[in-house]
Amino acid sequence: MQAEEEKNETAAEPRLLHHGRWSGYRNLLWARMLELAREPEVIFWVFAFPLLLAIGLGIAFRQAPVGKTPVAISAAPGAAHLAQLLKQQPLIPFQVLPAGAALDQFRLGRYDLVLEPQPGGGVLYRFDPSRPESVLARRRVDDALQAAAGRRDVVTTRSRPYRQPGARYIDFLIPGLLGMNLMNSGMWGVGFALVEMRQRKLLKRLIATPMHRSHFLLALGSSRLLLMVVEIVLLLGVGIWIFGMRVEGSWWTILLLGAIGSASFGALGLLTACRAQKIESVSGLLNVVMMPMWVFSGVFFSYQRFPRAVWPLIRLLPLTAINDALRAVILQGAALDAQLGRLLVLAGWGVVSFALALHWFRWK
Amino acid sequence: MDAVSNPSAGPGVEKSAGARAAIRCRGLRKTYDGKLEAVRGLDLEVREGECFGLLGPNGAGKTTTIEMLEGLLEPSGGEMEVLGQNWAGQGRQLREQLGISLQETRLSEKLTVRETLRLFASFYAEARPPEEVLAEMELGDKADARVGKLSGGQRQRLAVATALAGNPRLLFLDEPTTGLDPQSRRQLWEVVRRFTRGGGTVLLTTHYMDEAERLCDRLAIVDRGKIIAQGAPAELIRNLGGDHVIEVMTDPPTPGLAEICRRLPGAQAVWPAAEGCQVQVSQLETSLPELLRQLQAQGAGLARLSTRSTSLEDVFVQLTGRQLRDE
Repeated sequence: MQAEEEKNETAAEPRLLHHGRWSGYRNLLWARMLELAREPEVIFWVFAFPLLLAIGLGIAFRQAPVGKTPVAISAAPGAAHLAQLLKQQPLIPFQVLPAGAALDQFRLGRYDLVLEPQPGGGVLYRFDPSRPESVLARRRVDDALQAAAGRRDVVTTRSRPYRQPGARYIDFLIPGLLGMNLMNSGMWGVGFALVEMRQRKLLKRLIATPMHRSHFLLALGSSRLLLMVVEIVLLLGVGIWIFGMRVEGSWWTILLLGAIGSASFGALGLLTACRAQKIESVSGLLNVVMMPMWVFSGVFFSYQRFPRAVWPLIRLLPLTAINDALRAVILQGAALDAQLGRLLVLAGWGVVSFALALHWFRWK
Repeated sequence: MDAVSNPSAGPGVEKSAGARAAIRCRGLRKTYDGKLEAVRGLDLEVREGECFGLLGPNGAGKTTTIEMLEGLLEPSGGEMEVLGQNWAGQGRQLREQLGISLQETRLSEKLTVRETLRLFASFYAEARPPEEVLAEMELGDKADARVGKLSGGQRQRLAVATALAGNPRLLFLDEPTTGLDPQSRRQLWEVVRRFTRGGGTVLLTTHYMDEAERLCDRLAIVDRGKIIAQGAPAELIRNLGGDHVIEVMTDPPTPGLAEICRRLPGAQAVWPAAEGCQVQVSQLETSLPELLRQLQAQGAGLARLSTRSTSLEDVFVQLTGRQLRDE
């Protein structure tokens, strides 16, 4: 103990430290990771937010077997008879209401169908053809009424339920959230961070040192890649553990897609931020760039809901490319080479953005 | 006004023939957007081992000048040479030998003092051990504090510490003590002195007279993008022609007080102050009794009378007709 202390005292501190070519890169990356870890907002937006979104939406749209279809019967002569017939149908709860009130409540979504008894024993169905529940309620009630009135089915049919993971909303959602998260964190992580450093004049201070500028950009990109791995594992993990999702394709393929996606969105973030001087202006720019993709690229719902004519355009968006590729790999087990077209779209955005960003980039 | 040397042929350039120049620039110009002329033809020579100051009001072009010399701004015209090298060629090699502290850089608040210094040191092929620099900047006990928690003075010392991290030969400090309390200012001055004692060269900008006077071996007074005087502080003051300033105020105010002052023996310059007068004289022992005699003859009572040594402030006022701190 004593000897050791003495040794410490006599050992003269070296005057100079010698640093290798890559020490700047290593230290920049380490500093970036420390900053991210110490930023509670980053932890929330990058990790907690997508998980909460997945869990929340997964529960909200968990697609339980189709349940009861509540209907309203307009109070009129004949209503009592209808009520009598429907009483034997456990899946069709009903309420007899004044005509105006029945339509009002139907409009508000409280009931899926309104039955209006007609003179002469007939029934008028008021239903909304754009609401699947309403269409279903009409079929169910009509079947029940016709059967009660003595209709005979002429073909013998049997049904057996068949449900598998892979076709549920949560299965559709999680790859989409993954893609969106790669875009959000890639663009904010690079674009916002850069403009903040530019506004602080920290970029200017850094280039006043012998730092290699490429090391700086490389470190920023690498920090994104490290985060990307955590994001993918967390989000797919939640899908697997909480929602019983099945990952059909290879994890390596998924990680590779994540890496290419991160790099491309990072480059897009770099381009968005290449000149902006204030964080307010870059926030607006980032949102302008990302907004169309949130809407069109099939994060929460399939872009096939848009007119067929615009699909080719939508498929040219980078988020559509990564979402489609992730879904193909995760849900259908597609191999990487089958994704070549989408990878080209993604990489194209990355390469062009990066080239333009380098051309226009301002350090000051 | 004629007492001070002409800027275009400043005394600094000629006298420095013996010592090696750390910085040399000629006809340096910077025009923003093709119209605003921030720097309008500037000649400068900073010798190795000296502390050279650029003194001037805000907006005089000091920061533009120092940032051009630091290789961060492209000059619109003129030539410059830093440590015998040219910015166009070996930029990175040159940067290895420079330490730079910019005006108001906000370093990452989430990193600690030690982490920040390690990061900056890692950019240099040969760096000083961060602990040693921290100790020198008296930041040792703050080494593990986040930058966001530091006081203004501590942040400024950290900024200078990052400039020292690479063991530079030449240190650029842009307004290093602006906004600091007196104690922090003195600490920084001490660091600068230690650095030049160790053979380093310093170029700093300041708009504080006392800082320029006490810290700088030589300085250039910059106004509106031009050097209006250059030399050692004492030399600049001596060139003004008077070593002392008398400030006088009478009760009631005396009409023609300025005229009385102007006619004093040895009076060099007179400028009116608040309700009174300031006069610059070469010899107090002849001027002062004469002033008192004159006032007595007028029957004016003294409200205030003080004398002081001529300062750089007086030099600036005399050269420009404006106060330094006005702007």
